[in-house]
Amino acid sequence: MKKTIITVVGKDTVGIIAKVCTYLADNNINILDISQTIVSGYFNMMMIVDANASSKPFGDISADLDKLGESIGVKIKCQREEIFEMMHRI
Amino acid sequence: MINMFEVNETNKMIEQENLDVRTITLGISLLDCIDADLDRLNEKIYKKITETARDLVKTGEHIESKYGIPIVNKRISVTPIALVGSAACHTTDDFVTIARTLDRAAKTVGVNFIGGYSALVSKGMTTGDELLIRSIPDALACTERVCSSVNVGSTKCGIDMDAVRLMGEIVLQTADRTKEKDSLGCAKLVVFCNAPDDNPFMAGAFHGVTEADAIINVGVSGPGVVKTALEKVRGESFEVLCETIKKTAFKITRVGQLVAKEASRMLGIPFGIIDLSLAPTPAIGDSVADILKEIGLEQPGAPGTTAALALLNDQVKKGGIMASSYVGGLSGAFIPVSEDQGMIDAVTAGALTLEKLEAMTCVCSVGLDMIAVPGSTSKETLAGIIADEMAIGMINQKTTAVRIIPVIGKDVGETVEFGGLLGYAPIMPVNRFGCEAFVKREGRIPAPIHSFKN
Repeated sequence: MKKTIITVVGKDTVGIIAKVCTYLADNNINILDISQTIVSGYFNMMMIVDANASSKPFGDISADLDKLGESIGVKIKCQREEIFEMMHRI
Repeated sequence: MINMFEVNETNKMIEQENLDVRTITLGISLLDCIDADLDRLNEKIYKKITETARDLVKTGEHIESKYGIPIVNKRISVTPIALVGSAACHTTDDFVTIARTLDRAAKTVGVNFIGGYSALVSKGMTTGDELLIRSIPDALACTERVCSSVNVGSTKCGIDMDAVRLMGEIVLQTADRTKEKDSLGCAKLVVFCNAPDDNPFMAGAFHGVTEADAIINVGVSGPGVVKTALEKVRGESFEVLCETIKKTAFKITRVGQLVAKEASRMLGIPFGIIDLSLAPTPAIGDSVADILKEIGLEQPGAPGTTAALALLNDQVKKGGIMASSYVGGLSGAFIPVSEDQGMIDAVTAGALTLEKLEAMTCVCSVGLDMIAVPGSTSKETLAGIIADEMAIGMINQKTTAVRIIPVIGKDVGETVEFGGLLGYAPIMPVNRFGCEAFVKREGRIPAPIHSFKN
């Protein structure tokens, strides 16, 4: 199963998780894991999701999330898991 | 499972430390295009390149978005044109038509450079080789994206001094033919000893005759990542220093391996090699010179520079070798002057001279790279500089190269601006004593004693 990593970084505000999760649910993307911290007012979240059941191509999801991030005032990045696996696992 | 710390580390490298994949280079064999009819040859070359590389740029962009890693350049290398064109070309102008075809094909598929306007003459020049070499000034003056290289020596064959002498002349002519653009043509011309068949980096990339029909080679980069990692181990022992460079090189190379495999799969073209070079750009924080400073030098060029560079180059290889099964190309630290802000600063400060750069090339992966010298430098002196660098490669069984720019109309104290990835450079002084009687000798320097291994 190919997984996707979504990272959200930016100034903390109300409803960041809600908005991201709503988008994921609407597009049939399953959340497998979430970790989140706030360091001196800065929101930092990483999600591991399974987007295989979504009807949208990866590029569109990535572009949509980028736009969503802009509207909330945070930076949302969407990357396939392999880049992290390759770099951090032997 | 991947954790947040690891994800953040990777993304910090990409966003703040200039980690990128420097180039996906598609090597294309043009041997099957050979034809005695020049028009037909040009037609076949154009067709083969544009068909094979049709999806190259699109594929690169797709991989960029999938993994969130910038792939700065998509490029093409082809079989040395001296081989491909010798049956059809009877004049230098005939060869120039092929250069124009390459340029047109590069523009059609959207790559920024195409390499392989080359000749391999380490033991001697055929008529075709010599015609191609003599056509280089015109070819580089009338094209935008074509890169040229000439291999004039090897550990196995020695150095063809007739070719070295000719290249001194050709470099100067190329500078003159492109003098309105600060002799930019010379930035696209490399003279090699022991040139690798699978180098993905320009201007010296060509698709060697030992290679398959088409192949994907990837060049990684990331001097900024190494520099940042070393900031955390200031004052620590050499062991800690080396471990840190190795680990970082491993991580960088793994990204290249991922991109190479994915590009190969998507294009249906076999994966060749990863070139794990630390390739700087003029951008701040993307400098090999800054790594040398972080290791402990006040400026590159200071005593200790050669040792620091040797250490860096070796650790990069050790870390990178484990990250990919197929490492090739040049693989090491690049030390171009104009493409590295830290090196430019060192030259401006008077810390770095041509002679020290030559010493540094004994232990790094390439050679005298992107060095601007006065336009009044004689062709014999240029040949002498090339001969010195070729000798270092031949004796040390390594690749060395010269990419030197005699800037017509400019002198020491002035600066030359190439723009983009090629950067800018202060004109460096050249030793004023002559070597005319030496380079005017005919023939070749024999292969060194340690080449007789059979």
